[in-house]
Amino acid sequence: MEMREITYRQALNEALAEELERDQNVFLMGEEVAQYNGAYKISQGLLERFGPKRIIDAPIAEAGFAGIGIGAAMVGLRPIIEFMSFSFSLVAFDQVANNAPNMLTMSGGQFHCPIVFRGINGPAHQLGATHMHATENLYSNFAGLKVVVPSTPRDAKGLLKAAVRDDNPVLVMEVELLYGSKGLVEPPMPEFDLVLPLGKASVPREGNDLTILSYGRTVAYAHKAAEALEKEHGIHAEVVDLRSIKPLDTETIFASVAKTHRVVVAEQCRPFCGIASELTFQIQEHIFDELDAPVARVSMEEIPVPYSEVLEHAMLPSPEKIIAAGRKVCGV
Amino acid sequence: MSKKVNKEAELKMLYDMLVIRRFEEKAQQQYQMQKIGGFLHLYIGQEAVAVGSVAATRPDDYMITAYRDHGHALARGMGMNEAMAEIFGKATGCSKGLGGSMHYFDKARNMMGGHAIVGGHVPLGAGFAFAARYRGEDRISLCYMGDGAINIGAFHEALNMAALWRLPAIFICENNQFAMGTAATRSNHLKEIADRGAGYNMKSVVIDGMDVREVRDKIAEIATAIRKEPEPYWVECRTYRYRGHSMSDPGTYRTKEELEKHKKDDPITNFSSVLIKEGLLTDEEFKKMDAEIKALASESVKFAESSPDPDVAKLHDYTFVENDPNYQPIATTPDVRGQNPFSCTFSV
Repeated sequence: MEMREITYRQALNEALAEELERDQNVFLMGEEVAQYNGAYKISQGLLERFGPKRIIDAPIAEAGFAGIGIGAAMVGLRPIIEFMSFSFSLVAFDQVANNAPNMLTMSGGQFHCPIVFRGINGPAHQLGATHMHATENLYSNFAGLKVVVPSTPRDAKGLLKAAVRDDNPVLVMEVELLYGSKGLVEPPMPEFDLVLPLGKASVPREGNDLTILSYGRTVAYAHKAAEALEKEHGIHAEVVDLRSIKPLDTETIFASVAKTHRVVVAEQCRPFCGIASELTFQIQEHIFDELDAPVARVSMEEIPVPYSEVLEHAMLPSPEKIIAAGRKVCGV
Repeated sequence: MSKKVNKEAELKMLYDMLVIRRFEEKAQQQYQMQKIGGFLHLYIGQEAVAVGSVAATRPDDYMITAYRDHGHALARGMGMNEAMAEIFGKATGCSKGLGGSMHYFDKARNMMGGHAIVGGHVPLGAGFAFAARYRGEDRISLCYMGDGAINIGAFHEALNMAALWRLPAIFICENNQFAMGTAATRSNHLKEIADRGAGYNMKSVVIDGMDVREVRDKIAEIATAIRKEPEPYWVECRTYRYRGHSMSDPGTYRTKEELEKHKKDDPITNFSSVLIKEGLLTDEEFKKMDAEIKALASESVKFAESSPDPDVAKLHDYTFVENDPNYQPIATTPDVRGQNPFSCTFSV
């Protein structure tokens, strides 16, 4: 089987096409997904291939179409709801945070919601304060939601396909700045059915001196930082890609920390009640004795995102900030 | 009435309304005795809306409502025992004690829940109609809400899309004239709540929600029409709740006289009188029916009290569901590719 190099965008497109082909209960709904072929062209060609019954342009009404999806999911369809951005999901918050994850409990197990909410999440470039929300920590706080954050084309495809087949509500948080990035992926169906388990981290770079816990946009930063730390300071950093925030693969995280004893968490979101807070808590709770230094974190600054490129760069996570944090926890 | 009357069906409507009334009186009593917690929103006074609309539709039609949901579930045939046990938070409740008064669910009867965020369930109601249309079924969706729900975003978004995509849903506004304690005239700039439908180019109907026959006949007419030619309707059922918004409501926003005036329109008293006048029921029979239902209501309290609490060992069992290993995807075939049941063409 020969791996191909495709973009993150193509990988998502293939995942959608394959799942739509596999199951007529699957449909895609969102703003500009059909005739416009997607605001970010993730749904390119799908209208032509699957028709207007299954690729559905919705009005700009996130609460409305998110809720219609939840209703459809309760009676056995498997909707994929595209948010042009998870920043826009905030106007559908009651649907995503209150209806989808609560249905199973409220109904005493009678109704579940096999629904996917997907779209870009987190920092892009100069979009200003309202369009760059990293919502992964926000949604991870709601019991009943799964949250995945792919960083490579292969993960994007395999995790989205798994999300569509999952019987619970899954939020697939994509990274706009990675849409054009390339990576190796197995051939498409029918040759290969790439479904990755939700809740399994990967270790794309191994090292013995430092663990960098990263996901989504920060994985590439972690790689850059790891290269620099090795070259300039002789620190061999291991990069862990969480891939899924919820469920969280603590096994892989703890195994890495037990090997390196030093941790930097590189998160997309803000630090207060963020992903690093949770990871750090779990590390100290379960493997406190393995730590040789306090955990460091690299996050967005605790301010709304400014427009200016200079200020934006200063407030977002970056390879430089991860390098500095890595040096600090390694004492060099 | 020149129409042929089905005695059994008429008596069933009376019976079902009485079930709701006596069940809720019992629930109110239990609340006042502090045997149950949380919120309790009583439907007393509005029984004709749920019972009439259920009588007009099929058991496989979807039903969804807000938090004042006991009446809808009971009208659909939920037993008083599982309804009462739910308020008591017991494992034998309709939602296994995990939902409570505001979250009655009954999958077997297509009762898709009571939902407690005002307006938040309206898109779900549209979603069931969407699914019916998607699958080419002739089922419809009954989506009930109070008059307090018609000003929130999710409501507008759902009605717009339902109209745009011609979804077979009946959006039933139970206009009991108060959004909690705020009179409808202080909440929205409408002459009539029915006028709201015009904003979505949606057919609108006003129904006397205190008259169970009118509710049944008008909803039946709509249901028949939209099963054939799918489109949503906006229905205003004019009704009145005799109790407070919830149990903690002293009702200072309305006068005693107003309440008494509306009690003269009592849907149960009036309908029973009509049935007696028409010779379908005797006073004796009515009293017997009432006594029987009261006994069942008392029985439901005993059932609830003697039922087990939910198992604490299962505390974490209802957050995520295991993927169903028997799920069968339906492969896409060439003949379904071009279909478009969701026309965006307005039929004026």
